[in-house]
Amino acid sequence: MTEPVVRLDHVVKTYRSGSITVAAIQDISLTIPAHRFSMIVGPSGSGKTTLLNLIGCIDTPNGGRVEVCGTDIGRLSDNALTDFRARNIGYIFQGFNLVPVLSAYENVEYPLLLIGVPAAERLRRTRAMLEAVGLAPQANQRPNELSGGQKQRVAIARALVKAPAVVLADEPTANLDSATGAAIITLMHRMQAEFHTSFIFSTHDPHLMSHSEATFTIRDGQLVAPQPETV
Amino acid sequence: MMLLKIAARNILRNRRRSFMTGSAIAVGATAMLVFGGFISYVFAGLETGLVQRTGHLTLFRSGYYLFGAGNPAAYGIPDYQNVMTLIGQDPAMRALIRVLTPTQSLVGIAGNFAGGVDAAKTFFGVGVVPSNQQLMRIWNEYGLVQIEPIDSLLSDDQPQRGSVGGGLARMLGLCAPLQIAGCPAPPIITTTEAGAPLGNDLADLARGELGTDSAPADALPRLDLLAATAGGAPNVVSLEVAGVARQGVKELDDNYLAMPLGLAQQLVYGRGEHKVTGIVLQLNRTADMPAARARLATLMSENHLDLEVHGFAELNPFYGQVVGLFGTIFVFITVIMGVIVLFAVVNTMTMNVLERTNEIGTIRAMGVRRSGIRRQFLVEGWMLGAIGATAGVILALGVAAIVNRAGLTWTPPGNASAVPFRLTSPPLPGLLLGTWFGLVVVATIASLLPANRAARLPVVDALRHV
Repeated sequence: MTEPVVRLDHVVKTYRSGSITVAAIQDISLTIPAHRFSMIVGPSGSGKTTLLNLIGCIDTPNGGRVEVCGTDIGRLSDNALTDFRARNIGYIFQGFNLVPVLSAYENVEYPLLLIGVPAAERLRRTRAMLEAVGLAPQANQRPNELSGGQKQRVAIARALVKAPAVVLADEPTANLDSATGAAIITLMHRMQAEFHTSFIFSTHDPHLMSHSEATFTIRDGQLVAPQPETV
Repeated sequence: MMLLKIAARNILRNRRRSFMTGSAIAVGATAMLVFGGFISYVFAGLETGLVQRTGHLTLFRSGYYLFGAGNPAAYGIPDYQNVMTLIGQDPAMRALIRVLTPTQSLVGIAGNFAGGVDAAKTFFGVGVVPSNQQLMRIWNEYGLVQIEPIDSLLSDDQPQRGSVGGGLARMLGLCAPLQIAGCPAPPIITTTEAGAPLGNDLADLARGELGTDSAPADALPRLDLLAATAGGAPNVVSLEVAGVARQGVKELDDNYLAMPLGLAQQLVYGRGEHKVTGIVLQLNRTADMPAARARLATLMSENHLDLEVHGFAELNPFYGQVVGLFGTIFVFITVIMGVIVLFAVVNTMTMNVLERTNEIGTIRAMGVRRSGIRRQFLVEGWMLGAIGATAGVILALGVAAIVNRAGLTWTPPGNASAVPFRLTSPPLPGLLLGTWFGLVVVATIASLLPANRAARLPVVDALRHV
């Protein structure tokens, strides 16, 4: 079995909405293998995004233990957790979430600035990554000058440029037409193979699910399918 | 670098909002600089006028400042020529002094009996060395425009010739002889023998002392001046009135009389030792006043001189009142502008945070710390403040250029005649830098609240924000 990149142990996440407490994640334990295309699937409201947020260290559990790349994230301070995200986790959002005032090049370069990569190295890696996603000609264009597919390519380049251990993608094809979505899936597959990064998706796109190497199905905040080994 | 780039581009991204906020800051800066430029010009004008008339520092005999106005003759500085020599030959003082001149203050009664006017009037007189007075009146450290000499009617060559305030001239019936426009002759008042005015006695005394009855038709009008000598005896001199030196305050205008020092001394001291009530020092620069004061104190102490030193601001409390009044108005305007800028920037930055909540969540998820978010919005507030304040400085320079070329005039409080309405331009460095930095600091502080709110946003909530 491949070494796990994420390990969840009896994780619980609840939200308060007025006087009502909503259990978004109920006692989930799982391990996600490294260097794979892993999927968290389930209907809307099942807790996929909450689970992805916990794995992505942008949310904290009410109970249980979340371990990413061998680090218990519950033991980290806010700054340490932020630095951990900067070095180890890349994000691809459903709505692309590019910084609107930065060009495609600058959006991809930004994560390298956050981890203090020297200027020459930044230039080399950013250019290489834009080449890899086929956007070198659009390097100087702002997000509002790019199509949806191009934006998502920039987002993929941004997530991968720092060579993170994990890339989290929340419904990455939901805002794209099927042809562009398929192209993006192919690109991510190619990038995963090239960079040996662990991709973890939250999705209910059947086409994307067909590429899964490890699938975790949740419903009503609980893991309903047996935790798989790698496919 | 990325911080500045993002800040600048976000300011440009919301052009209209940034323009409105920047305009508020610019208007604030302009208002402060224009008003500051105006009052600094007023202060410079006021100071110049006072220094031209009364010098920077005046030495009095101890006690004169508090009690001397009631009896100036009793507070004369004996052997004043030696005191002036001591000061004038001191190397340290010589480097600072522009004019060193004696002055004699006096009070008395003036009558125009030679002109056939049956009226007498108390006066506040001053005896000066006319050539020194003329020299003092061209002092213009700040390079102000069109500073008119206040009184150029006296001359060293005319020891009997003086000038009077407009009110005194009117009351003593000098309007016609001096051809003063808009100056009515005094009404004729019938008096009974028992209620005969003081003028009759004074006229008799003048005739006795001076032996004059009337002046030739083509001569200057003449006043008879009566004062008590230092010894308490009445004394009378005759003064040729060369013209009117109008004063800005009516009470002073009704009582003012200037004459050559020798005549004043003759009136106050008679045949006794001629003293003076003050030794006036006009310096090259106002900034030298503390150094001059310190050196004078040393000289007085070393030579056992019973003298006290007073600056022009102490001798003219009106100066301090005007400075205080305008200073208070300036502070008021500054506070108002600061509050407007504060609210404008808080509003703008709050809108920015609200609009960019999702972006904040994104970059926090990417690894930007809370402090990085806070810094980002503080830099934006700072930049907005810097742009607005810089625009305000440019605008203020434009306004000043227009005002200074418009040839406007106004009559400041205490002035008898109009002076140019101008603004100090470029503004004094302290005012310019203070305004610029002050507004930039206010804009930055105003960003702190929205910046903190942005920094505290939970990442998940920020990402969920639509």
